[in-house]
Formats: sequence, C-alpha cells, structure tokens
Amino acid sequence: MSAPATTDYPKIWKRPGLITNLHVQRGVVALVVLYFFWSIGSLDLDWHRFSQGFERAGNLFGRMLPPDFSRWELLLKGVSESIQMAFAASFFGMALAVPVGLCAASNLAPKPVYLVARGIIVITRTFHEVIIAIIFVKIFGFGPLAGMLTLVVASLSFISKMLAEDIENLTPGSLEAVRATGASFPKFLVYAIIPQILPRYLGVSIYRLDANIRHSTVVGIVGAGGIGQVLQASFNRYDYDFSLAILISIVALVFIGEFFGAWIRSKLR
Amino acid sequence: MTLEEHAKRYPEVWRKFNPRQSLIRYAWYIGIVFVAVWSIHQLEIPWIYFLDAHVQTADLLVRMFPPDWWFFLEVIDPLVETIHIATLGTAVTFVIAFPLAFLSARNTTLNNATWFIGRFILVTSRSVNTVVWGLLFVAIFGPGPIAGIWAIAARSIGFLGKLVAEAIEEIDEGTVEAIEATGASRLQVLWLGVLPQVLPVIWGTTVYRWDINIRESTVLGFVGGGGIGIILYSSINQFAWREVGIMLISILMVVILSEFISATIRKWIS
Amino acid sequence: MLTITDLVKQYPTGLKALHGVNLSIDEPQVVAIIGPSGAGKSTLIRCINRLVEPTTGSIILDGTDVTKLGRRELRRARRRMGMIFQEYNLVERLTVMENLLSGRLGYVGFWRTFRRNYPPDDVQAAYQLLDRVGLEGYENTRADALSGGQRQRVGIARALMQQPDLLLIDEPTASLDPKTSRQIMRIIVKLAHESGTPALLNIHDVPLAQAHADRVVGLADGNIVFDGKPDELTEEVLTQIYGEEDWSTTVGHDEDETRKRPRRRTKLEREAAAG
Repeated sequence: MSAPATTDYPKIWKRPGLITNLHVQRGVVALVVLYFFWSIGSLDLDWHRFSQGFERAGNLFGRMLPPDFSRWELLLKGVSESIQMAFAASFFGMALAVPVGLCAASNLAPKPVYLVARGIIVITRTFHEVIIAIIFVKIFGFGPLAGMLTLVVASLSFISKMLAEDIENLTPGSLEAVRATGASFPKFLVYAIIPQILPRYLGVSIYRLDANIRHSTVVGIVGAGGIGQVLQASFNRYDYDFSLAILISIVALVFIGEFFGAWIRSKLR
Repeated sequence: MTLEEHAKRYPEVWRKFNPRQSLIRYAWYIGIVFVAVWSIHQLEIPWIYFLDAHVQTADLLVRMFPPDWWFFLEVIDPLVETIHIATLGTAVTFVIAFPLAFLSARNTTLNNATWFIGRFILVTSRSVNTVVWGLLFVAIFGPGPIAGIWAIAARSIGFLGKLVAEAIEEIDEGTVEAIEATGASRLQVLWLGVLPQVLPVIWGTTVYRWDINIRESTVLGFVGGGGIGIILYSSINQFAWREVGIMLISILMVVILSEFISATIRKWIS
Repeated sequence: MLTITDLVKQYPTGLKALHGVNLSIDEPQVVAIIGPSGAGKSTLIRCINRLVEPTTGSIILDGTDVTKLGRRELRRARRRMGMIFQEYNLVERLTVMENLLSGRLGYVGFWRTFRRNYPPDDVQAAYQLLDRVGLEGYENTRADALSGGQRQRVGIARALMQQPDLLLIDEPTASLDPKTSRQIMRIIVKLAHESGTPALLNIHDVPLAQAHADRVVGLADGNIVFDGKPDELTEEVLTQIYGEEDWSTTVGHDEDETRKRPRRRTKLEREAAAG
C-alpha cells in the first residue's frame, strides 16, 4: 500500500476508551490509588511481623512435617461425621427448598408470600455459614446437630434461590398451555413445572452436596462438629503435624466429593 | 382390522419409562433416602433438644431487643476493616491468579509441566476453606488483618484462576489463528488474540469474588484474621445479644450493598 | 512466486487430506480452488502458512521453502502472507482500527502492541484501506457491532495491511448472503489485482468462482483433478470434481472444515464448580 502516496489520511489514531474523558479517567485511577493508601494505612499492617512471617512459615512447615496420622481413629471419626452432616443436610435442604423455591417464584406465588420467601433467602444467604453455625451452637449446644442445621439452612437458601430463578425463567407459553387444559394447581405443578425444572433441580442439589462436603469441614471451627472441630483443636494445641494430617484428609475429602458429584451428574444426563 | 390388531396398535397403557428404567429410578430414590437416614442415625442427634428449640430461639431473639443502637459507632471501624481485608485480598488474588490462569489453560500454557503446576496450585487453593486458610496464616503472621488478607487471597486464587482458565480454553480459536497468520509473536497473540476475549470474564469474576470475599471476611475474625469477626465472636461468647443483633444488622447491610455494587459493575462490564 | 510440490498431509487420526498436490502460481492472479467438502481445500491453504503442519512435500514462496522454517523465520514468512477467513476471525471486542492494525503485528514489537502505539504510516495506511473496502468512518466501531459483510471487509483490510506477497483466502463468502458474497468477491479481486498480489481462494460456490477468478483449480479427495481457465469448466469436469459417489464418501470426513466446539457450560455450573 506504500505506492499511492495520499497524504490526506490521518496519521494518528487514539483508541476510544470506556471512559472517554481524560480527566475522569485520571480521577478514577487517582481514587483507586488513594483507596489502596487509605486501606493499607488504616489496617495498621505490621510490616515487621510480615517480614518475620516467612521465617515463621518455614518453622511452621518444619513442625508440620511429617504429617502425623497416628491418631487416625479421631481423624476418621471427624471425617465421617463431616460426610454424614453433608449428606443429611443436603437431603433436608433439598426437601425444604421445594416449598420455599415455589413460594419465591414471582410468576407462581402471590406477592406477600413471594416477599417472605425472598426475605428468607436473602437473610440466609447473607450470613456466612460460620455465623449461622455459632448461633446454632448457642441454641443446640456443641456437636454435629448445629453443624447439620447450618448446612441445611445454607442448602435451603442456595437450592431454593436457583429453583425460583428457574421457574421464573420458564417460558410463559408452556405454562399457559397446561393451564388452558383446565388443570388444577397441583396438576399444573406436576405437568408444567416439575418436568421442566427437575433436571436442573437435581443438578443444583448435587452441586450443593459437593459444597456441603466442603463447608462441613469448616463449621467445626466454632464447635459445630465434624473434622473442622478436630482441626481447630489441633491448631490450639500446636499439634501442627496432626493439623497437616487433617488438612491432607480435608483436601482428599473435597477431591472425592467433587469426583463423586461429577460422576452422579454424568449419570443424570 | 381385528380387535386384537386394534388393541396392539393402540394400546391402552402408555408408560414413560419401561419397567427396567422404573426399577433403576426407584433404586436411586431408595438409595438416597437410605443414605440420608443412615447419616442422621450415625450423627446421634439428641432430638430432645428440638423440644425447647423454639423457646431458646425466641429467648435469643427477645434478648436481641431492644438493639443497642449506640453500638453502631463501635461497629463502623471493624466493618471498614472487614471491607479492606476483602478488597486487598481480592487485589492480591488478581495479581497472582492472572498469570496462573494462563499457565493452567491447555491452549496458553508453556508445556505439560507448567500446566500441571498451575492446576495443582489452583486445586489446592480451592480445596481448603477461607477460614481454614485463616487458621494457617494466623499461625504464620500472628492474629491481624495480614493473615486475613492472605487467607482471602489463598482461597480466591483457585476460584478466579479456574474460571479464567476455563474461559481461556473456550475462546474462539479462529481469532487466534488469524492473529498467528499475520506473523505475530506468541506474546502478541496472547495480548491481542486471547486477552480481549477473556477480559470481561476476568473483571466480572474478580468483582464477583470480591463480593463473596466480603462475606468471607466477616468470619475471619473468629480465627484471629481481623475484621468484624473478632468483636462478633467475643460478643456471642459473652451472650451480649443486643450487641450481636446490631452487628448482624450491619453485616446484612454491608453484604447486600456489596452484592448490589458487584451486580451493577458486572452488568456494566458485559 | 509460489510453487507447491508433492504436498501430502495426513492427520494424526489417519485421515489423509492431501495426496501429493502440485501447484504453482507464477503471475499475480486470483486462483479459485473448488471442490466438495472434505476435498482438502482448507488443509491446502492452511499448509501454506503452516497453520496446519504439512506431512511431506515442499512449499516454495519466492525462493524460501516454508516447510523448513523454524519458529522465528516462520513468523517472518507469515508476515508476507495475508489470510482471510470464512468466519472473519476478528478480535470481536476490539475496534475496527485495532483489528486492522493487528495486520502489522509481525512488524511491531510487543511493547508497542502493549501500548497500542502504532507507527503513523501504518495508521495512515489503515485509514486508506478502510476507505478502499468501503468502511470509512467505522474505525472506532467495535467489531462485534458490525454485520457479516462489514466484518469480512475488515478481514480483507487486515490481510492487506500486511502488504502481502500472497493472499490466502478460505471460503470468504460461505457465511454471507448471495448479494453480499458478490460484493465481497468483487472487493477481493479488485484489491488483489490493483496491488498485484496473487491470491489462492477456496470457494465452494462454482458460479461465483467462475465469475471472478482468473484460474480455477479443482480438488477432489486430496488430488488436483482440474487446473485451467474458468470457461474451461464443463459439465464433465464438474462431475469429475463433484461426482455423486464422492459426495457420499466424503460427507463424514470433513474434519478440517467444521471443527466441533465443546458445549459451553452455564454460568451457574462454572461458579458452583469453582466453589
């Protein structure tokens, strides 16, 4: 293209940015930089301790190795308790999520019911499992019951939210068609709603089972049973070699859970 | 057409599943119920506790009222710290997960060894919960926000890295081919062929993770990772329910606000 | 200019796409390659700039054997070959100008690419080309906001930005409607002739090839079965290329033309899977 020497074409081109105004662009960058200064400054980060951290990390890993599996009975009890909590919680969560999910679908439920159901979902979703767990511990005492209830609440909130969104996304046409046959509400549910959302409901539930296995390892930190409780105890006693053994078991457990979930999902398809 | 033929051609019974399929389905149902019942049985739940659960719950709620409104002032600082931990943790995550994602995607990794290392880091990061990472980093750095920031980052790297690596693996290879065909270097192909395609995913996922991290950082204080969790934990242990009520309300507000911000930004990106 | 000798391509799956192809282009002309799906058209074109690695044979472009080049020299060779794709293959989220300038990547260092800082001459050439393909005023439009025909114009301009010695064009009109197809073919042929660039063009639309190409090559089952002027394409020759039996045997073989994309997972599935 070098041959036709036309000079009336511009030689400069500037990429139009998302924020076109240069001042606004610089302002945004300045704000971000300022935020980092403010946050880092206000956190009162102890740089001395930070620099010591590497040495302490080396120390810690030194004390962790080799992992101590000698108390395998305690370990196994914790792991199986976590798994049982996860299974039981997924089951109850799945069951309870159906009514809540139906009530939280705006195209199905009357307004007041819808608002209450959405309120339940928002509140339960907002609080971290560990906060819910500690409150259950205060009500029901230490042990796996509090942990299981925590996971039930978390599953309920997750599955019912997905369920409600799925129902809201159904095409109105298919719903109308079944309604037009003169079906009653229960029949309408069985014929119009359930067949369309069942596969996703099962899929989401299995994801939740997987997630419950992960979370069952952590609710024990506040005394709600499972392997987390054993881990917390070992950290408190500075039994770091046992801690590493527990951590390895947790990673293995999460791995198996993920694998298992993937296997069931492949069966469902 | 005889009656017999007619009956054969138009049977009176129609089943969605044949007997074998039905059997398998029911076996699954029974299996699920069995596993659930077995789990509950093994947990040895003291059902008697449920008898007075409603009394306990009501009692707890009553003791949260009237909320100690002045306590709000004391919550502000820890809340801000919580948000800082989440934001700085997400920033650290971004810096580390960005190159890691390219290393963990089959089509942009250097060789099998780098791919394996990348995947290994992502899987390890994801398998351990933020709070458990918190325990570990508190043991390393001592209690405080530094441990919290690293705990947040340690868990989020796996999340961000995995999602971005998947996005990289699903890009339109045709575009990459076209950029390669112009004689571009490997770095140029990454920068102009791959990156523009995954940039929205990178930003969207980062913002989404930030919003999850806000929630996560509210409990890091339980294990000494800084933020509002520290005072929440001590108030709960002292049964100071009026203070707990205030803190729960403020957490609710912050989390909902951050969810709203995150949703708005993500909508704006796409 | 371009001489292909005994080019063979066998895919790892065992499928033999090219059975010793010989082809040479000695003057600036538009050569249309016609043939049924799976005949190896796409493979042939992609072997020339080695997006597909040839198994044996040689491809000599202006004295250098492309098949023997190392990574660095291959990049230099690719700079000299502009390529136009069926699916346009633009970077969808970048502007038209950035897509055009990506044609100069082989000449620009990474740092300049990083800062989107292109040489003024390139920018000027890009503006000029935009004008030539009929897209003046579109430089700041994002590629994903364009229609199919407009995208293909960007694709053409990008290839020409390389100031290539050879144009490789893979089914430029297969994703376009008949009217746009004609316009695109006219632009390609006009610009190729004006710049004196030889072009190798895959096309399955025979009338379109006849109307625009200077020379037609018929490929069937990885062999060249016809090479001549467009008006020499008789019924007889066409049956030889597109014979009915050939159709039935090649239908399942078009691995190099249609690549299957994996099913995209839903957002929920990814996010849930990640934690």
